[in-house]
Amino acid sequence: MWSTVFPYLLSGISVGGQYALIAIGYTMVYGILRLINFAHGDVFMVSGILMVYLVASGIPLYVSIPLVLVLTAFIGFLIERVAYKPLRSAPRMSVMISAIGVSYTLQNLVLYITGGLNQIYPTIPWISNSVTIFGATTKMVTIITPFLTILLVFALVFLINKTKIGMAMRAVSKDFETSQLMGIKINSVISTTFVIGSFLAGVGSMLYFTNYTTVIQTSGAMPGLKAFVAAVFGGIGSIPGAVVGAFIIGIMENIIKGLDVILFKAGMIAKPLGLATFSDAFTFALLIIILVVKPTGLFGEKTTDKV
Amino acid sequence: MRKILSALLVLALLVPCFAVADDLPVVKIGVFEPASGDSGAGGKQETLGMQYANQETPTVTIGDTEYKVELVYADNGSSTDKAPSAAQQLVSQQVSVALGSYGSAVSIAGSLYFKDANIPVIGVTCTNPQVTLNNNHYFRICFLDPFQGTVLANYAFKELGARTAYCLAELGNDYDVGLSTYFQQEFEKLGGTVISDFFPTGNSDFTSYLTNATMFNADVFFCPVSIAYSTQILQQAAAQNVTFPILGGDTLDSNVVANAAKGTNVKVVITTFYQEGANPTFDTGFKAWLNSNAEAMTNNGGNDMISAVSAMGYDAYYTALEALKAAGSTDSAAVMAALPSVTLTGVSGAIQFDETGDAIRTSAYVKTINTETGDWEFVAEQTVE
Repeated sequence: MWSTVFPYLLSGISVGGQYALIAIGYTMVYGILRLINFAHGDVFMVSGILMVYLVASGIPLYVSIPLVLVLTAFIGFLIERVAYKPLRSAPRMSVMISAIGVSYTLQNLVLYITGGLNQIYPTIPWISNSVTIFGATTKMVTIITPFLTILLVFALVFLINKTKIGMAMRAVSKDFETSQLMGIKINSVISTTFVIGSFLAGVGSMLYFTNYTTVIQTSGAMPGLKAFVAAVFGGIGSIPGAVVGAFIIGIMENIIKGLDVILFKAGMIAKPLGLATFSDAFTFALLIIILVVKPTGLFGEKTTDKV
Repeated sequence: MRKILSALLVLALLVPCFAVADDLPVVKIGVFEPASGDSGAGGKQETLGMQYANQETPTVTIGDTEYKVELVYADNGSSTDKAPSAAQQLVSQQVSVALGSYGSAVSIAGSLYFKDANIPVIGVTCTNPQVTLNNNHYFRICFLDPFQGTVLANYAFKELGARTAYCLAELGNDYDVGLSTYFQQEFEKLGGTVISDFFPTGNSDFTSYLTNATMFNADVFFCPVSIAYSTQILQQAAAQNVTFPILGGDTLDSNVVANAAKGTNVKVVITTFYQEGANPTFDTGFKAWLNSNAEAMTNNGGNDMISAVSAMGYDAYYTALEALKAAGSTDSAAVMAALPSVTLTGVSGAIQFDETGDAIRTSAYVKTINTETGDWEFVAEQTVE
């Protein structure tokens, strides 16, 4: 039984970790600006494309990896300055439409640059190697992802709880106007939020595309959507919620993809039923059920956890 | 100074007049192909064949007049919701005949608009039977999926000795689902077992599907999917060290796929329309053209390997020229009436249409990837009676 379930669990934990890194970006921006940043999934995709082009131009990996992370963070910063900051006092709906605009702009820019052809992500040594763990063969990145994700989340929680900028973030997320009156430079706090969110999306894109090596302009759409769902699922605005939600979504969808095999091996069904077809349907149905039962999401109640 | 300038301007205005005076009348051929989306890579390679043919034979004599052939492009974006507007674009440009598309689903989606405008379409590599069924305007120069599915199932059962096959197709994609079904029917008729799964559009995590195949002890993994998905599947299969060979249809015949398999130990077997080397004149000419044209080279995936779809695009262009000659007019209705009796010996073999408008084809090429060099290698020419 264990050996049947384990490979699916492994895929689920790995993809869950990658969703988590994207979901944090959604939840942090929401915590501070009450904005669903629809362009976040596309920042993730652009980060993948940047990596493809930087490595193709002959820059060695030890330079291009940090460079991609810096550039991705900068893109996040730039998007906020160009598309969201001028709309600070506008109705929230206008900012959201602006976010959708940025999302399509990025997708079409990449479509223009790549000519719509899928790009093969460069191989990052060591983490691309195949390893066998408890009888399941997978890439090293699958094992590393959950640990790296947890490590980054701890660093982030430390930043929010123990540093001055973290304190400012918490204050801004509680009350926008009051913290401004108290002398907090909200623009720099918001910029920092976008930089952190995009940086994590950059890390996520490296892990994700090392596993699933094709990048096209729509590559960010599905992971972005799943990560957004994870953030809502965990209670939007809450970082631990986003992480837990992402792992649950990742594991759920992979278990359902393998449900036929698991049931078949356990002798509960005589022949495969083709349940894998419904993996996304099941995942989103689960979301609806959770939200009906608990409208604020899993961790949504504690308002102190905002940011 | 001003006088010289005005004289120059007048001259500049006159030049185009002379140029126009020399020009031949134009006949338009529509190119209904994806240039973006999941099948963008394949669509571009198919278009390359047409462009090469067009630069080789840029004019055609219809009746007693010599016409210049102009290719009009419309990107159907590999998606069924963009295909209608691409078809309408070609209709409004008043093309005499259209070529395409790569991918059966988009061909079906655009079909009606050509029908209403009385414009014939020559399908290049859309293999689903539905494309030409119950209509008079859609023709096709390639083989069909029931044939291809039969060839693949026979190859898997007899040559590879497979008894359990795992089929994976994209949900809602007419080509994938159709070919997968024909494969399943034939494979089960031969006495094998088939397990089939479908993945949603936009999926990129295939690890669980590959695990499913391993868990069910599949002897072969059949995935007739778009290039974008097949490269993912190949790389993830390599990471999992799978033992079963991966079987695919004509969509996998691309150097992009060969590149993805390079350096791995995954065995890939496919059926396709053309094998490099079958027509040396076309091969050398096409390669020379690719090497002299940087944009064409990029669209071919960065090297000069010949995809079967390029050869098919080349043949489609000449089929269209033959039809125009036979019609004796650029009127699309006349071309449609002339098409059923058109015959041609193309680089991919003899082309002749049956009563549904399909080319009569009895053989397919089986190819495999040499994972050391990243090249396609010829295995066998498979015929089914």
